[in-house]
Amino acid sequence: MIKKTISTFFVLMLLQINAVNAGSTNEELKGSSESSKECFEGLSRAMFKFNHTMDKAIFRPVAKGYRSIPAPIRKATGNAVNNLRSLLTASNNILQGDFKKAGNTAARFGINTTAGVLGFFDPATKLGFEDEGKEDFGQTMGVWGVKTGCYFVLPVLGPTTTRDVVGKVGNVFLDPVYQITHNSEISNGVVGNGNYSEHNYYYYRGTESVDFRAKNIESFDSVEKNSIDLYASLKSLYLQNRAKKIINSTSTTDTQNDDDWEEIETD
Amino acid sequence: MKKKILIIIFSTFAFTQSAFSYSADPKEFITEIVNETKKILVATNSKEFKTEKLSELALKTVDIKGVAYYSLGKYKKKLSEEQMVKFLDLFEKYFLKSFTSRLTDYSDPKINVIETQVLNDKYTIVKSLLLATSKRPEVNIEWRVYTKDTNRPLIRDLIIEGLSLARTQKEEFSSVIEANNGDINKLFLSLKEFIAK
Repeated sequence: MIKKTISTFFVLMLLQINAVNAGSTNEELKGSSESSKECFEGLSRAMFKFNHTMDKAIFRPVAKGYRSIPAPIRKATGNAVNNLRSLLTASNNILQGDFKKAGNTAARFGINTTAGVLGFFDPATKLGFEDEGKEDFGQTMGVWGVKTGCYFVLPVLGPTTTRDVVGKVGNVFLDPVYQITHNSEISNGVVGNGNYSEHNYYYYRGTESVDFRAKNIESFDSVEKNSIDLYASLKSLYLQNRAKKIINSTSTTDTQNDDDWEEIETD
Repeated sequence: MKKKILIIIFSTFAFTQSAFSYSADPKEFITEIVNETKKILVATNSKEFKTEKLSELALKTVDIKGVAYYSLGKYKKKLSEEQMVKFLDLFEKYFLKSFTSRLTDYSDPKINVIETQVLNDKYTIVKSLLLATSKRPEVNIEWRVYTKDTNRPLIRDLIIEGLSLARTQKEEFSSVIEANNGDINKLFLSLKEFIAK
């Protein structure tokens, strides 16, 4: 059943890629305000308000509490979560045809899971296998040429685009951690025991979110404090960040469109 | 109290003595700004003092008018002369408040200026690295320096980990105007509210 669903999913994806013709170019990824269309702004703004309230009431306080844990423990937790997350990255490295990065990601996972005690430590970096960033299926589709689509906000999950929401579904199929914890054939047969139960997947994803929020408390506060339209600021930052991740660069020349600056004369 | 006043007077004197001229070389220029910012941030805990000195620094080293024009995007051509004067005045106040507010959150930032990349005769990108602390990882910061006047470089944008502050601001302004059916006065109102906060 799962195999059939995956096959159908990929066929649909391939059809979508054909449908967008040439797909996304570097210029489209660099983008401009005019290129980021909204799907349904009114509803998205309402969702954003809801998420913001939830963040203030639950996520931010939890992240602050997490911050009170000693730094070495937080670092080890972050490492372990990143180690599990690297399995999804490896799948996407392969789908993007980047076998060099896939090898590096797989080597990091192998070293950190064994010598790094289930990923709590990161000896791979010291051995020269640098962390080359996370990949997901939304990014893979971007690399394949699928356009961003329109922007909207999901309850709890936050900002996304048409491409990224399809990517989120794809991640479920591509993430070995999800498959191991949810695949009933495995849990009832070859591997099956309590350690692979479904709720462990959600603990892992929850910890990943809290770790991310805790690392960005000050950044979010600063954006909030200095925005005249927080919804628009976060939309811009989200779209810029996704484009940057697809290009796999933080260099201004790769990520930013220079044309807008060329015409600015003040003399 | 007396000690605090003396420190502020001394620091003010020290800064007014040293802050008038900057290097024409973009890398040196950014290094000087980074060092001066650091000096301001560690000099005293007085938020008013930091805000005042950082504002002075921004007025001398940032092309605020250029950033203002960029932030308006396609709406720049639609403003009357009178509206443009009003906008530039509001924008400067908004920019200085936002700029100083972001920086005063840092107590002693450690920034290494690394290298430059000349894009063309108008722009050079200066790459730097904000070193990691126990609370956050290291951060790549790139400075878009306007070099049309080769003797007086000016900052036009900060790109943090590939995310442009100027572009974010431009898209924010555009969103406010579009949400109000192209009424520029609503943007003026939002800026006024921000300044008054």
